[in-house]
Amino acid sequence: MQVLEQLVKEAQDLSRPSLVLADSEREVARQLQICNACRYCESFCAVFPAMTRRLSFAQSDIHYMANLCHNCGSCLHACQYAEPHDFAVNIPRSMAQVRLKTYETYAWPAFMGVTYAKNGLWLTLCLFASLALFIGLLLPAPTQEVSNFYGLMSHETMVSWFAPVFLFDVLALSIGVYNFLSNITPATSGAALTTPAALEATHNIMSLKYLDGGHHEGCNNEDDAFTLWRQRMHHFTFYGFLLCFASTSVATLYHYLLGEHAPYAWGTWPKVLGVVGGMSLLLGTLGLGWLNLKRHPWHGDLKQKPMDLGFIALLALCASTGLLLWVSHGSTFLPSMLAAHLASIMALFLTLPYGKFAHGIYRSAALIRFSVEKRQATGLVLKED
Amino acid sequence: MSSIPPKLDVLVVGGGNAALCAALMAREAGCSVRILESAPKLWRGGNSTHTRNLRCMHDAPQDVLLEAYPEEEFWQDLLKVTGGLTNEEMARIAIRHSATCRPWMFKHGVRFQPSLSGALHTARTNAFFMGGGKALINAYFRSAQNLGIAIDYDCTVVDLELQDGQFKAAKAIHRLPGGSTQEEWIQAKSCVLACGGFESNMEKLKAAWGQNEWGEWTAENFLVRGTRYNHGVLIDVLRDLGADMIGDATQAHMVAIDARAPAYDGGICTRIDCVSLGVVVNKFAQRFYDEGEDFWPKRYAIWGRLVALQPGQIAYSITDAKAVGRFMPPVFDGTVCNTLEELAQTLGLDQEVFMKTLNDYNQACQVGHFDHTTLDNCHTEGLTPVKSHWALPINTAPFYAYPVRPGITFTYLGLKTDKTTAVHFAGQASQNLFVAGEMMSGNVLGKGYTAGVGMTIGTAFGRIAGSSAAQSVKAQLGQQLGQHSGQHPGSHTDSHLLSKEKHASA
Repeated sequence: MQVLEQLVKEAQDLSRPSLVLADSEREVARQLQICNACRYCESFCAVFPAMTRRLSFAQSDIHYMANLCHNCGSCLHACQYAEPHDFAVNIPRSMAQVRLKTYETYAWPAFMGVTYAKNGLWLTLCLFASLALFIGLLLPAPTQEVSNFYGLMSHETMVSWFAPVFLFDVLALSIGVYNFLSNITPATSGAALTTPAALEATHNIMSLKYLDGGHHEGCNNEDDAFTLWRQRMHHFTFYGFLLCFASTSVATLYHYLLGEHAPYAWGTWPKVLGVVGGMSLLLGTLGLGWLNLKRHPWHGDLKQKPMDLGFIALLALCASTGLLLWVSHGSTFLPSMLAAHLASIMALFLTLPYGKFAHGIYRSAALIRFSVEKRQATGLVLKED
Repeated sequence: MSSIPPKLDVLVVGGGNAALCAALMAREAGCSVRILESAPKLWRGGNSTHTRNLRCMHDAPQDVLLEAYPEEEFWQDLLKVTGGLTNEEMARIAIRHSATCRPWMFKHGVRFQPSLSGALHTARTNAFFMGGGKALINAYFRSAQNLGIAIDYDCTVVDLELQDGQFKAAKAIHRLPGGSTQEEWIQAKSCVLACGGFESNMEKLKAAWGQNEWGEWTAENFLVRGTRYNHGVLIDVLRDLGADMIGDATQAHMVAIDARAPAYDGGICTRIDCVSLGVVVNKFAQRFYDEGEDFWPKRYAIWGRLVALQPGQIAYSITDAKAVGRFMPPVFDGTVCNTLEELAQTLGLDQEVFMKTLNDYNQACQVGHFDHTTLDNCHTEGLTPVKSHWALPINTAPFYAYPVRPGITFTYLGLKTDKTTAVHFAGQASQNLFVAGEMMSGNVLGKGYTAGVGMTIGTAFGRIAGSSAAQSVKAQLGQQLGQHSGQHPGSHTDSHLLSKEKHASA
């Protein structure tokens, strides 16, 4: 435990708010000073109400607000100061650039932050390594027909590979978000989480409230028209992912508590959750990928497309190989499908704390602080303009 | 002149709020419509992209509007700010229209939001556009496109052909991607002009304002808060064609803005909001007007003109540490100094005069109970000009200065019109030429301004102009059917070709 505390402290020291702002942070501060004097976008999302509580923007404020931003694009298309205006305000882009920096800054262990510099490459290497690993493990497969994948790799072997990586992910992401919260909590009133704030934040997170444009007609994608498809496709992805996770968890209970081993028959909980979740995840990721490719080039940070699309593709691989694994039971494709599925899951696990997945964790933390902060008095009584 | 009517029903010149309102109304009435916007697509929408709300009459609370803002109160507010330089019939048309137009705006994609933080005084009177005026303009253009309205960007109308006060054709210059231009004469059965004032035409502003007692061309130091595309070309064309005009060329919606604002499109964020919390001195380091006369929202519209009349058209708003956090955060950082002497020096003001002005003011302050949210009892005594409210001594370091210049929003000189928005020639209304928006705002605003009334005028008369144009088209169709009852509709020639032939031979 002492070792852990030491590690946490070291990570905190590394991520302590700095007085010297990085270029991307200075750019956010510059743009927010313009926004704060305008405020037309107040109803779109949480960023602008958070902004109006402040007169200036320190690093912790910028880290907090960058993670509140959902890159919905509403403020960009509505902006009278967007390019070609000399002010060149583009909140979605500048926030995205800082967001990446926060993932890097708060990554644990700190040296792993470097994975965000070339995240597409990192993800590819992880996928390649995982594939090599599982091909290696499954290569000496029995030559006779195998209808059960535990015949190819025992449950214990799988657990021995995945459990440590998964537990490490939980630890790394927990320390990362703990450091993030330690940094932004004082900047967001320092007040403790209350039940109403927690309920509101949960709703905002689970419903992706801030992709609804504030008028429930959705956010922008390729132009200034609003669409609900980004929100819907994210829901398919997120809830599909949760269902797949639930399927695995329920299967684990079946395995250890009931002694019932995979493969599970159609109609059992692990199967239903897995198939529905896998289909939802596949549909959602295909949709998000399509929308991402059609996205207006001014939205967000184009340099992050490999990370975004890589993560979407990896999730789609997890879903599609999972579904293929199900249908390949009893066929000669079973070993190769199993290798493909386990490799994509392993690559996902390896990149959970060092890839796009982190956005959900940090954004949720920021939304929780938003729900806390908005309930506190501001201390500003701005004369009406 | 051919008697064959042009194919196009309604030509709308302009791409801002009034133009789009007119275009959408005419289209909804079944007319074919073409919009000519002189700006490129990325700069479309004129000054409307910088607006944020619509001043709205309402007798009971309505979605984002609190309490009531009855017609009479709206009218009295308008009477007050214009000092009576208004037309009651036209003003009341706009006011009544504002009570009923919002469902139509909503239908075309405009969304409203509660009054913005820092603008709560307008929560009762003004309906704010969600995302501001550019979001409104985007919504109207989307709706126009969906309804099949033709839209040309980079297309400036430079001349009109009229016959006995009736619109025949407009000469448009298309700016093509390669940098070349192409001329097109566009005929239409009816035309709505809604292409703004002349606020971005420095030559015209200079001519209007002339030279002041110090020999300066006053307008040279104006900053344009909005679009760079409003040159007032058609106002001149129509005056030369004998149209009836209204308004004074120096009257405009003009506010005090940060002197460091860009030459165009500085918009809302360049406003200076701390005037009433301190003092304002001119370049001779002297005060020139009561900074605490009334709440800033009721006074901001006169300060542009006040600064315009000062030498060098510059002034400095001076505050101290006590003001921080009491006014909307400014877009540019102020000049900050630890002493007033240093502040005068940094600003390049005469230190002696500056210190005398500040000391006189500080000594004249009768500090009561300070409250910047009410008309408090802190005032000066024995000082000229007086400061009537919020007069606290400026004595707490650090001291702040913001340079201020006149920011022109839009001009009021334009075309005289009536409740149909018809352009008039020697008192005779044109049957098919209409005007809306800034180009006719002088019919309501002789001088002065109150927040959101520009959009009230633009929306009301834009929509009326669209309906009038559609009615004109129907009336012409009726006449046409009466005259050529046997004519085959297919015999209509392409208006574009027709105009080319016609003007080639002209």
